Amino acid sequence: MEWRAELRKKIANKERTLMVRTRMPEMDPAVRIRFQDREVNTGLTVAQAQSEASRCLDCANPTCIEGCPVSINIPKFVKYIELGSFLEAAKTLKETSALPAVCGRVCPQEKQCEATCFYTVKLQKDPVAIGHLERFAADYERESGFVSVPEVAPSNGIKVAAVGSGPASLSFAGDMIKLGYDVTVFEALHEVGGVLKYGIPEFRLPNKIVDVEIDNLRQMGVKFVRNFIVGKTASFDDLKAEGFEAFFVASGAGLPRFMNIPGENFNGILSSNEYLTRVNLMNAASDEFDTPVLRGKNVAVIGGGNTAMDSVRTAKRLGAERAIIIYRRSREEMPARVEEVHHAEEEGIEFLNLANPVEYFADENGKVNGMRVQRMTLGEPDASGRRRPIVLEGSEYDIAVDLVVVAVGVSPNPLIPSEVKELKVSKWGTIEVNEETMQSSIPELFAGGDIVRGGATVILAMGDGRKAAASMHEYLQGKR
Amino acid sequence: MNQIVEKVLFSEKVAKFVVDAPRIARSRKPGHFVIIRVDEKGERIPLTIAGADPVKGTIDLVVQKMGVSSAKLFELNIGDHILDVVGPLGKATHIHNAGTILACGGGVGVAPMLPIVEAFKKAGNRVISIIAARNKDLIILEDEIRKWSDEVIIMTDDGSYGTKGLVTAGAEMVIQRETVNECIAIGPAVMMKFTSLLTKKYQIPTQASLNAIMVDGTGMCGACRVSVGGHTRFTCIDGPEFDAHQIDFDELIVRLGGYAAEERLANERFLKLN
Repeated sequence: MEWRAELRKKIANKERTLMVRTRMPEMDPAVRIRFQDREVNTGLTVAQAQSEASRCLDCANPTCIEGCPVSINIPKFVKYIELGSFLEAAKTLKETSALPAVCGRVCPQEKQCEATCFYTVKLQKDPVAIGHLERFAADYERESGFVSVPEVAPSNGIKVAAVGSGPASLSFAGDMIKLGYDVTVFEALHEVGGVLKYGIPEFRLPNKIVDVEIDNLRQMGVKFVRNFIVGKTASFDDLKAEGFEAFFVASGAGLPRFMNIPGENFNGILSSNEYLTRVNLMNAASDEFDTPVLRGKNVAVIGGGNTAMDSVRTAKRLGAERAIIIYRRSREEMPARVEEVHHAEEEGIEFLNLANPVEYFADENGKVNGMRVQRMTLGEPDASGRRRPIVLEGSEYDIAVDLVVVAVGVSPNPLIPSEVKELKVSKWGTIEVNEETMQSSIPELFAGGDIVRGGATVILAMGDGRKAAASMHEYLQGKR
Repeated sequence: MNQIVEKVLFSEKVAKFVVDAPRIARSRKPGHFVIIRVDEKGERIPLTIAGADPVKGTIDLVVQKMGVSSAKLFELNIGDHILDVVGPLGKATHIHNAGTILACGGGVGVAPMLPIVEAFKKAGNRVISIIAARNKDLIILEDEIRKWSDEVIIMTDDGSYGTKGLVTAGAEMVIQRETVNECIAIGPAVMMKFTSLLTKKYQIPTQASLNAIMVDGTGMCGACRVSVGGHTRFTCIDGPEFDAHQIDFDELIVRLGGYAAEERLANERFLKLN
């Protein structure tokens, strides 16, 4: 890597460390809250990207890579950006990631690569904006018209299937097709992409960007079958009879949790999955589409994760006068990405922290018109390491709401476990796998993503997909 | 893309569509449903499977013209395609030899009842079917139901066919006459509610097949939640059939109207365009 040695010498490290982290340009909050389908972050310019890339010290021991669940060669792609070889940077991303344009947008970098960046760890300075740079390289390639298709090994004719088409499966499919397998991805919905399509809103991740990455996999030879529920439309045995030798189950955490409090089944109270699916997958916010969505003036969203932020910001964009996050812990414990919370604040989202719903009220038609919340305080840390919320007795008060979105988490989708009786499942309903190999109690069945984790992130799901691909490859080759 | 290979008009507002769906035709069982999307802009709507031919690879769907989506489907003809059909969804009916089965179908609910009646008959039960509707024109699938029933009772609200009266009047007559071991009720929520109240009085185990609002149909959205025995259940994956005596029908009826205002607006827009 002579070019990198040359590049390192061009600017002294001292000088590099004195540069300030580039801020992601974004749409004016007052404008963007009027558009459900316009991206908040507008992306770095070429000059901004190159300047940010030159902050990276190209460490001898790049700890950032260890923070990445799919082990992207971070310094290599960043240095390509500094050099001005943007297409090479994009190629580097695609060596290990099937979805760089997606990850650049939705990864919690502050907890991963950027958390283990030399700047963060050793200099106590703002880390290199790895996420912004990843997005820059992927977007540059897409817009250049020179989208590279990664090389694939000659076909080995072995048929494997992925169940579900979310990030875990797409990542799995990308690795398996590169190894020469005949890969089919089965999706239950009418659109490929899973949570990237039905869950994450357009203002954070445009569907057309997801489609480009899916097209890339298609060009590599991955087959996609929509409207097909493995276990229902056809059983695993049917598919085995059709020649599939191994399966990667990544059917997601598609079962919304509710709180089981009085009045929760009133009209106007819905899961974030329902709310976001109507808007994102079914285009319900547009009059041209048949699917309806409820619009509220006073919208409460229960929860503090990314899905809660996506829901509350969607409500604002669909005309809510008040859009409130109700979360039982404090701001510090919120699991949402820092950037999402920051964007929500800019957009006028209200935060009602240390508060928890206890009951809902409805009008004579059964439509929600109010809710009772109780105040909470924080106690000792619990198993998750976050301070446990404790009820403040006698602190209840009521607020007027006409739409409530419940975003308190999801459980694993029970379809596959209920159709495959021999499959070992935890008491939470997640599929049990060997953590090293992602292999389940049925040898030819591997699993990953939220059906194993019970509700995590896009990038962790992708990491599982990669791991499963590597061990399925070993398993299938061992059988020959 | 699933082609329509046959369309039979039962009345001005009710039609049977025979749709090409080979995989579903092979894997479906009585009680299962599908989700369809007519076109790119369409809703995902659940429809219970009224029958299937695994050899020809087709499934039967019976549709009543109600809102925008059903009206769009209704406009399709032989040779046209439904954009998306996915299934079979839900839990299949628990078919067993119970003795005497009383099957109560109201309106288009008779369509999903047909395969269930057939299966119970084939399992060796004595099957008494009641077909109920507002008037004679809305009585559907009578011959098909007769084929798999020991007795068929027709009830119409206006007396234009069969006996005048509600489904419950026919059901009570049977229950008072002979021992009924199990009952199944499929139709409008109100009809199922009163059928359930009746059979509860006589302590006859009863299953009702619910028609909740759904989006994905795979457990993902929770729009179809229903209270059964005080617990929230999802119609799509835990149902569509539940112990009728445990169902909170009043809540179900309110929830079915959850998008009434939006549906009205959409319908007005649709009628203006057509």
